[in-house]
Amino acid sequence: MATKVRETPMLDELTKGPWPSFVREIKKSAEDGKEAANDLLGVLERSYHEKIGHWKHGGIVGVMGYGGGVIGRYNDLPEEFPHVAHFHTLRVNQPSGWFYTSDILRKICDIWDKHGSGITNFHGSTGDMVLLGCRTEALEPVFAELTELGFDLGGSGSDMRTPSCCCGKARCEWACYDTMNACYDITMHFQDELHRPAFPYKYKFKFAGCGNDCVASIARSDCAVIGTWKDDIQIDQAAVAEYAKGGGIDIQKHVVERCPAGCMSFDGSKLEINNDDCMKCMHCINALPKALAPGKERGATILIGAKAPIIGGALLSSVFVPFLEMEPPYEDLKELTEAIWDLWGEHGKNRERVGEFIQRIGLGNFLEQIGLEPTPEMVVHPRTNPYIFFELDEEE
Amino acid sequence: MAERKTDIGPPHYEQFLPPVIKKNYGKWKYHEIVRPGVLMHVAESGDKLFSVRAATPRLASTKTLRMFADIAEEYCGGHLRWTSRNNVEFLTDNESNVEPLVERLNKEGYPVGGTGPGITNIVHTQGWVHCHSAASDASGVVKSVMDEMFPYYNGEKKLPAKLRIAFACCLNMCGAVHCSDIAILGVHRKPPDVKHDIMKAQCEIPSTVAACPTGAIRPATVDGKQSVEVIEEQCMFCANCFSVCPAMPLNRPDTDGISIWVGGKVSQARSEPKFSKLAVPYIPNEPPRWPTVVNTVKKIVETYAANARPWERMGEWIDRIGWPRFFKLTGLPFTKYHIDDFTHAGETFQRSLHFKRA
Repeated sequence: MATKVRETPMLDELTKGPWPSFVREIKKSAEDGKEAANDLLGVLERSYHEKIGHWKHGGIVGVMGYGGGVIGRYNDLPEEFPHVAHFHTLRVNQPSGWFYTSDILRKICDIWDKHGSGITNFHGSTGDMVLLGCRTEALEPVFAELTELGFDLGGSGSDMRTPSCCCGKARCEWACYDTMNACYDITMHFQDELHRPAFPYKYKFKFAGCGNDCVASIARSDCAVIGTWKDDIQIDQAAVAEYAKGGGIDIQKHVVERCPAGCMSFDGSKLEINNDDCMKCMHCINALPKALAPGKERGATILIGAKAPIIGGALLSSVFVPFLEMEPPYEDLKELTEAIWDLWGEHGKNRERVGEFIQRIGLGNFLEQIGLEPTPEMVVHPRTNPYIFFELDEEE
Repeated sequence: MAERKTDIGPPHYEQFLPPVIKKNYGKWKYHEIVRPGVLMHVAESGDKLFSVRAATPRLASTKTLRMFADIAEEYCGGHLRWTSRNNVEFLTDNESNVEPLVERLNKEGYPVGGTGPGITNIVHTQGWVHCHSAASDASGVVKSVMDEMFPYYNGEKKLPAKLRIAFACCLNMCGAVHCSDIAILGVHRKPPDVKHDIMKAQCEIPSTVAACPTGAIRPATVDGKQSVEVIEEQCMFCANCFSVCPAMPLNRPDTDGISIWVGGKVSQARSEPKFSKLAVPYIPNEPPRWPTVVNTVKKIVETYAANARPWERMGEWIDRIGWPRFFKLTGLPFTKYHIDDFTHAGETFQRSLHFKRA
């Protein structure tokens, strides 16, 4: 055991209460003899007094041959807190669905206890396992030991960011395609794009098995792959009757009347659905999981272009392919992706996400360039303004 | 020297799946919440999988991860996973392990909950723990809010529907909070304090100028040094210039703080996904426990709980009652800052008589 764990009266206020405490976590590492954790406590206590952070802007560090996966971070008080003078982060590509075994978890801990602060994030916002805080000279050894264990780094900067997915068919009856497999396949196929930033800006994939979208793909990914179905919702009328009899839910009020398409009716025992009008929103299936299930012809809707506000304002993804069968090796999705990257890669401005690029050049032009036919599913309604950029053929 | 391995990608997930999942992969029939924090998934084969969900602060020490490994080994054949909202789940097909698992996790301080109509873990960013552009700490606000919201996490109190809270410590939104029932967002409120001394050495002036979405930055020579100047009234504090140039810091202890946004969602259920809308433009940073933020979130949640109908998410409830009533019921003031003035702002103006009585 090295030096005494720092006193942190302000941070200690955050060890009280029922919710698990991040301060307690940092202290556990400090008590374990991790000097970096101890200095992190010091610098954080100071931030709490001064109401400002003490981390400097970026810094180009990484592992050999990669441009992404490491976030360089330096402290602006290196003399006072020498053990966090360097405090770089490694993003480690998580297994699909964030499944682990105790054995693999301990081996990751062994690597991080040997070379780093002992502090992690399970997980970062994009989905990576985050190893938080090490010195520059530790990066290569950590990388070598991680790859030996079978792990690789994730994305950062202007590259394909680490794709992530919900647990899909591993546990969920609503998964309309194998999200974990698709996520793994796409990640493996585009390894070069993941590790070596060559795009105008970041590009994120998220794979959600149904419209409940547990990975927030429609808000957070440049390419959202959201499970859906083509045929009719499967109904087990006996199970509907059980729900009606059980009294736990008022089917008329909480299912039929909450259907946004108004496509359901219930006569007290039998539930009917006009599937032509169904919008696949999942509400009735969520409400009556034992009685209703997505149809049998399953696949995904592909939506493109979501992002947070920086720079031109936040966007949700919008429909590109209303229905795509999602079977390995996912050739259609890969072809679409490459066509998008070619166009955006060539004409996108620095730090312009693909959603902003589409707004700048127009969705119609974008579709034409990547070779996708416009369909009415792509818009809420046709344009209302008459400023049409007609393009006449030579003969006309 | 051994050959350097690169581009191997993540390990294949299959090796980490418990046997009951491998056997029933893609063949699950339905699930139930058997008690707060415990899901039971039933397969077509009749097999059952119990998932016991526990809170984590996201920031985890290796000591805690090793303890989770021990618990997984004791009760789950070594199998566990994390959720998209930073909860940890212990997976077992043995129902008799559920009770001891719940007890153990609660005893260790990682409480079980986060299922059904209530509040689960907050997705959040790094804040003062690791970030250079943070306008607030992240983990401290999250901890303070969740301590107060705890009865909605562990099932003691229920809400009309699920309520998702997200936290981001600046407008970069690494936490992409912009579609959450309640979004807590760090904001800067003063233009960048241009460091003319380091500008030339650390930044490209043309890309710094180009980074500004409102054209507020222009090249300038200051005290004989090549640098930039900021037209202050055009600055909206987005910090995009700071992202490309370290000589443009916006962090300020006296004026940085937190804004609160409501009514967003990502799921397709019932209504379309929605952005969160501004409820409170600014609350000062109040470390260590951010009481004003906590009390404001509490007020919004309690007003929603008392007024929304079953299955109605925050945004759906507000859509039904209208914004005038939302502001009346919550007692939050409506100000000029609530009215959009960026691109396409006009789309949010009320252009009809279709508004309800407050």
